[in-house]
Amino acid sequence: MAETSRSRPSEPRAHRPVSTARMVRTLYGSRIRSQASYRASFVSDLLGQALMVGVEFLELWVILANVGTLGGMTLPQVAVVYGLGSLAFGIADLLLGEIDGLSTYIKSGKLETLMIRPVPMLLQISSLDLSLRRIGRILVGLGMYVVALGIAGFTPTATTLALAVIAPLAGAAIFGALLTMAGAMQFWLIDGREFANAFTYGGNYVASTPGAVFALPMRAFFTFVIPATLVAYAPTLVLLDLPGPMLLPQWTGWMGVPAAILTWALAALLWRAGIRTYTGAGG
Amino acid sequence: MLAYRRIAAASFRQYSTYRMATAAGVFTNTIFGFIRASIMLAAIGTAGGELNGYDALQAATYVWLGQALLAPIEVFGTRELALRIRQGDVAIDLLRPVDLLGQLYAAKLGRSAYLLLARGIPPMLIGAVVTGIALPPDPLSHLLGAVAVMLAITVAFLADAMVNLAAFWLVENRGLTTVYTAVMNLLSGFLIPIVWFPDWLLAIARATPFPSMVQTPIDALSGRVAPLDALPLIGVQVVWVVVLGGASVLMLRAGVRSLEVQGG
Repeated sequence: MAETSRSRPSEPRAHRPVSTARMVRTLYGSRIRSQASYRASFVSDLLGQALMVGVEFLELWVILANVGTLGGMTLPQVAVVYGLGSLAFGIADLLLGEIDGLSTYIKSGKLETLMIRPVPMLLQISSLDLSLRRIGRILVGLGMYVVALGIAGFTPTATTLALAVIAPLAGAAIFGALLTMAGAMQFWLIDGREFANAFTYGGNYVASTPGAVFALPMRAFFTFVIPATLVAYAPTLVLLDLPGPMLLPQWTGWMGVPAAILTWALAALLWRAGIRTYTGAGG
Repeated sequence: MLAYRRIAAASFRQYSTYRMATAAGVFTNTIFGFIRASIMLAAIGTAGGELNGYDALQAATYVWLGQALLAPIEVFGTRELALRIRQGDVAIDLLRPVDLLGQLYAAKLGRSAYLLLARGIPPMLIGAVVTGIALPPDPLSHLLGAVAVMLAITVAFLADAMVNLAAFWLVENRGLTTVYTAVMNLLSGFLIPIVWFPDWLLAIARATPFPSMVQTPIDALSGRVAPLDALPLIGVQVVWVVVLGGASVLMLRAGVRSLEVQGG
C-alpha cells in the first residue's frame, strides 16, 4: 500500500491521517528550531538552570560538611540520590512542566483553540511551550548521578545496571504523572494552582533527599500517596546495597515502575475528567 | 504621599481578592516547611542535639519564620517590571506623575503586608503546634524584629528591582532571574542558616546584601541574636538600603535614557 501511495504524489495530503509519531516530530521539531535561533538567551537560560541545580545541592553539601551523614548516608551517597532525583524531575519537567501554566490557558480562553485542533491536548500543551533550557537540569543531574555512583562504590552487575537505567526513567514517569495531575486539578481550582506545587516541586524536594530524614507519617505520605521516595532514594539503596529505614526496605527500590504505572493511570483518569468538566469561558 | 498610600492600599486589596490562591499558598508553604524542618532536624539529631548554635527548637523556629517571610520577601523574585520594559509598557508607567520606583515600592509594601498576614502567619501557627517554635520573651526583640522585617522587605525589593531593570539592556532576562534566585536562596540563609556555612562561603555571603533579606530578620525575631547584637545587623541592612537604593535610581536613569519604545 505504501508503495502505491508514494508513486502517486498528486494525491491530496489532507485525505491521509497524520500519524501521531509524525505529529510529535513536527511539533517538537518546530519548537526546538525556534528556540535554538535565540542563541545568547538560550545559553544564559541553560546556564541558569544548571547553576540552580548546583546551588540547591550546596544546601545538602553544607549540612554534610557539618555532620558527616544525613539520614544515614554519606556525601557521595546523598549525591547519588540528589543526581538521580534531579535527572528524573528534569526529564518530566522538560516534557510536561508547562502543564503548570494550564490555568493561564483556561483564563485567556486559549484552551478552546487547542481543543478544536485534531491533536491530543496533552501533546499540544507539552510541545507548545517546550523549554529546552530545562535540559540544563537534566545534564547536571545526569553528570552528578554518574560521577557520584562511581565515587560511592557502585558495583555494576546485570541487575543493578538495569536498575540504574530504569530508575531515572521510572522516576521521570512518576513526576510526569504528578505534573499532569497538578495540571488536571487546575480545571477545578483555577486560582489554586499553587496547591499542586506542594506535590510536584515538594515531591522533587523529597525525592532528592535521603528518605530516612523524614518522620514516619511524612515518609508514609511521600511513599504511598505521593511516591517521591521511590524515585531516587529507594533505588539508590539497591544500587549501593544499603539497608533501608522503616517503610522503605531495600526491595522498594524496584517499585518505581509499578508506582509509575499506577500514578499514570490516576493521572489519565483525572485529566479526562478535567477536560470533560471544562466549559469554555466564551470568546 | 497620598498617591503612594493609595497604591499600597490598592495592592493590598488586589491580593486579598484571590482567596483560593492564598489558601493554596498557605498549604504549599506548610508542606515545604515540614520538608525543610525534617532535613534540619535530622542533621541536628545526627550532630547530637545541637549544630552550630541551633538546637531542635531553634531550628524549627528558624524554618517556620523563614516560611513566613518567604511570601512577603518574594524569595522567588518577580518578573513583572522586566516584562513591562520588554514590551514597552514601562513607557506608560514613566508618564505617571509619581516616581516609578516609588510606585513599585508602594505596591510592594501593600502586597507584602497582605502576604505576611495571610500567607506568612498561618504556616507558622501550624508549625508552632506540630514542631513547636520558640519566640523571645523580650518585647525589645519583637520591636527590632519588626524593624528588621521591614528593612529586609526593602532590601529584597531593591535588589529584585535591579535584576528587573537589567531588562533595559538585556532582551531576555529570565536567565539572570534564575541565577539571581538560586544564589539569593542560598546566600540569604533561606535554605540553611548562614552560620552553618564553611568560612569561605560565610565570608562571601556576608559581603552581599542577601543575609540582610532573610537571616537578619529571622535572627532578630527569634531572639537568637540578643537585641544589643541585632542593632549592628540592622545597621548593615540600612547600609544596603542606601547602597541598593542609590544604585537602582542610577540604573533606572541610565535605562530610561537608553529606552526606545516603538509605535504608539
